Amino acid sequence: MGWSLIRVWTLLVYLFMFLPIAVVVLLAFNANQFGSFPMTGLSLRWFDELFQNEAILRALRTSLTLGALTALISTTLGVLASLALVRYDIPFRNTISTILIAPILVPEVVLAVALLLFLQFLGIHKSFTLLLFGHVIFTLPFVILVVQARLVGIRRDVEEAAMSLGASPIQTFFTITLPLLTPAVAAGGLFAFTISFDDITDTLFWKPGGVETVPTQIFAMLRNSISPEINALGTLMILITAGLPLIGLAISRKLAMRRDRAG
Amino acid sequence: MSIEAREARQPWILLSPTLTVITLLLIVPVLFIVVYSFWLRTSVGDVQPGFYLDNWADTLTDRFYRDILLTTLRIAAITTVVCALMGYPAAYFIARAKSNKALLLLLLMLPFWISYIIRTMSWIYILGTNGALNTALQWLGITAEPIQMLYNETTVILGLVHFLLPFMVLNVYVSLDGVDETLEDAAGSLGATKWQSFLQVTLPLSLPGLAAGSLLCFVLGAGTYITPAVLGGPRDAMFANLVYEAIIIQLNWPLGAALSLLLLAVLGALVMIYNHFLGLGQLMKGLG
Repeated sequence: MGWSLIRVWTLLVYLFMFLPIAVVVLLAFNANQFGSFPMTGLSLRWFDELFQNEAILRALRTSLTLGALTALISTTLGVLASLALVRYDIPFRNTISTILIAPILVPEVVLAVALLLFLQFLGIHKSFTLLLFGHVIFTLPFVILVVQARLVGIRRDVEEAAMSLGASPIQTFFTITLPLLTPAVAAGGLFAFTISFDDITDTLFWKPGGVETVPTQIFAMLRNSISPEINALGTLMILITAGLPLIGLAISRKLAMRRDRAG
Repeated sequence: MSIEAREARQPWILLSPTLTVITLLLIVPVLFIVVYSFWLRTSVGDVQPGFYLDNWADTLTDRFYRDILLTTLRIAAITTVVCALMGYPAAYFIARAKSNKALLLLLLMLPFWISYIIRTMSWIYILGTNGALNTALQWLGITAEPIQMLYNETTVILGLVHFLLPFMVLNVYVSLDGVDETLEDAAGSLGATKWQSFLQVTLPLSLPGLAAGSLLCFVLGAGTYITPAVLGGPRDAMFANLVYEAIIIQLNWPLGAALSLLLLAVLGALVMIYNHFLGLGQLMKGLG
């Protein structure tokens, strides 16, 4: 009795999480011109109009560039820091770990205000550079957490074997550690990209006038009126931010299976 | 240089770029706004460096700010409790599920990858005047006119629960998954009913996860700006909206600095208390 009650409850919780999102996706294909119920037929016209809309395309380009650069920088920094934490016995490990994840613990608004005012004071005004700095700082802890978790699983003795055969630490890193690390680097990069691509709170504080990312563009469009283009844009965003990790997951599974078979 | 000295230096070389970035882009800026909050915005709009207590006097004594801070904390608290009540049984089900566990976990991760603004906005399609619920009610003939269900405190809480529930479920799941299932059987064989063994064995062992999930829900909920802006009415502003007003609209940066520091102090105190009793390690388990 109790168990089936919990089962039904869980089902309802999942419905609660996904039904509203499913509605957005469904309405993106609605032929009705108001972007709301009732459904009057299926149509791709809103996707078509999306790709005619200069403002949306600009926002999409900004978001993609920002996300890619953020991922590149955060992953580079994050992998180096994770290597230090996992591979070496360092003093003050706990203090350093806390500092590294500090950006998660500071509320977004506070980080937004602090960075904005400090950089303005230094003469760096609202700009793409400020956005990039900001996105790096709040994605970095997540990259470190993900990469660290993967890194723990890579055995040290493979590296030691290479070094005992005469490879230098740098050679060992590029020929042994980095290839083994690829899934961790990819996961970290993907994570940083997704978080950056989705961010709205901080971005609203940092973006210069006239520059929009996809989320801030949607936010601005919501203020005017609900347009069906928003649903199409939302659906596209879901495809990018949820589709990429799912593909990544599928690829890493396939690689792991192949490795298992080879080993 | 000896090999040992080089070995000892290596981790610091690896860490230095990240530590530099965090120092320059987080720690120094937060210290900077502490100083900045004592500066004064003059009537012509310039900012006057110095040691003025005006912003702090406004921030701490103005009834308007205090009321909004209390509203913010109340909304965050209700959200946290609702998340716990909804999320705990679901996390229990996932932890004890015999089949489909991987699928359930994957689905649980999915909301983290779906844009916050889209998830928030989606409620407009459910509860709006042309939304699914109003359409259904009219189609069934229960109501003749659409009902205004949006833009109040309840919808803000609803939006926050929708946003934060996955954090709760994930954290509770992580700690429940670590509880040995045979403990419940052992309690049962000693004569405890299912309910008793849950209350006296499983629930206490899962409290660290529940606490971690609650802390995340509360801190993220209390710092939110988008949910009240999209799903709340004009009178449902939360504290972060005040900060946005002061910084972006009124351009009163010293006041905005003081307001955001007050939010940091209140939420920071909570994190400290949590860290003192449970340690931040549990939090990282759920995040990683």
